Amino acid sequence: MTELKNKKHTNVQAALSIAAGALLGTGAVSEQAKAQSFDDWKIDSAFLFYSEADRVSAAEAIISATKLYDNDEILNLKFTADTLTGASANGAIVQPQAQTFTRPSGIGQYITQAGETPLDDTFKDTRVQLNAQWTQPIAENYTGSVGGHLSKEYDYLSLGINANLAVDFYKKNSTLSFGFSHFQDTFTPEGGIPKPHASMLIGDSDSPTWDEAFSATRIANSDDKQTTDLLLGFTQVINRRMITQFNYSYSKVQGYLTDPFKIVSVLDSQGVAQDYIYEQRPNKRNKQSSFAQTKYHFPASLANSILDLSYRYMWDDWQIKSHTLDTRLYIPVADIFGENSYIQPHVRFYQQGAAEFYQPYTSTEDIQQEPLKYVSADYRIGEMTAITLGAKYGFNLDNGNDFSIRLEYYQQTPTNAGFEEPSALSTLTVYPIVQAVILQVSYSFL
Amino acid sequence: MPTNKMLLTHLIRGTKQGCRILLALFLFSGLSACANLGVEPWERDLLATKEMALNASPVDAALDDHIYFSKEASSGGKSFGGGGCGCN
Repeated sequence: MTELKNKKHTNVQAALSIAAGALLGTGAVSEQAKAQSFDDWKIDSAFLFYSEADRVSAAEAIISATKLYDNDEILNLKFTADTLTGASANGAIVQPQAQTFTRPSGIGQYITQAGETPLDDTFKDTRVQLNAQWTQPIAENYTGSVGGHLSKEYDYLSLGINANLAVDFYKKNSTLSFGFSHFQDTFTPEGGIPKPHASMLIGDSDSPTWDEAFSATRIANSDDKQTTDLLLGFTQVINRRMITQFNYSYSKVQGYLTDPFKIVSVLDSQGVAQDYIYEQRPNKRNKQSSFAQTKYHFPASLANSILDLSYRYMWDDWQIKSHTLDTRLYIPVADIFGENSYIQPHVRFYQQGAAEFYQPYTSTEDIQQEPLKYVSADYRIGEMTAITLGAKYGFNLDNGNDFSIRLEYYQQTPTNAGFEEPSALSTLTVYPIVQAVILQVSYSFL
Repeated sequence: MPTNKMLLTHLIRGTKQGCRILLALFLFSGLSACANLGVEPWERDLLATKEMALNASPVDAALDDHIYFSKEASSGGKSFGGGGCGCN
């Protein structure tokens, strides 16, 4: 019975990697590994905890169920739920004196102490996401896939569809894939959509005139956004030990791309905040990226370890450019920790340039001289580097199920993209480092 | 002056031709390199293992994508960038 289950397990796993390969255009398919018949579900589950020092904490759970049918048709259903709490940078710049801000809802205020980065500590959100994907052979060497996506949070709704076609040729050593996806999002933020460049209203929210004055800083209750992605991929088996993939993707985003919770400080010539205005981003963004990945299986003399190396270059018409280098080394450690156990160190390096309209603050003088068009002080579209360091440890249980645990450290280091700093800011930390810990526990079973 | 113009035209043509030859050579070398790439079906023992799949841990990838989508200005590349908020 155990043997039968293990055999089935191996077959299903082999078939799933084939399925994943076909879907991602990585159709390195072994005929001998092709499963004959399946009528069972494979379940992958994971729980992730993400925690930033003094800022946001998130907990996320995923359950992914995959069913394989006799004729190589595959159904995947995925359920994701996450919850988020904590404080998030509101965009305003640090000051030598305490600062008072109005909450996004317009109800109540919060104070940031002198010398501290302004954080809005009212973030709280719960999200539920459902994904369904159907993959099947269409003809000899052709695999098609279609899927749907639904994501709902308290103030956000995202609906999406996707389709993918993979074509294998040259004895399935090469695969070309074409992908398309479209997302339709609706954002109904707490407090409504703020009027771009309007001053944040600060004062007594219990005052009888408050509601009317606050409404004057709003333009709508909700807004929407459409994202269309095109993906062209090419996968090539190099030899028995090596496989490579190259992707080009184009993404067109239209609609409300501004962050309604972010503001920009307006400073006087000394650098003292006089006002806070709501940010505004363009309502279009065209992104492109080139991605290359290679996997190499080392020989037994190097412990049969597997190197996974990838690089992405992204550029867009907001003039953001980014480099992402990601590497993992899968090292079997059966001799030390038992059969099918492994450790996998992970290093990721990320660097991005600032959007052309990013500025850490604006000034009263600048606003008077030339009306602002687009402006954002959100550090996430500013210049920064980030590094992730971590490791994963996993093993097979006696019943054939997989267990793994992953612990990582993530650090963002925003940098000055050439902006002058007024005297009031000279002794303050204008670009604070963000540190986070990522802990993930995964369990897969049949 | 006309001589200079002719020389320039000649040079441009020469350069174009050179480029074409280089391109042809590049494509040919690429194709002949391709001919040596790949494996026979019975040589897929290592490639067929789940650890050698390009997306060996799709759940890890989904979780990572969500984190980096929310915290950085880039998304996608390996697969679709997708929609979503990332406002925190």
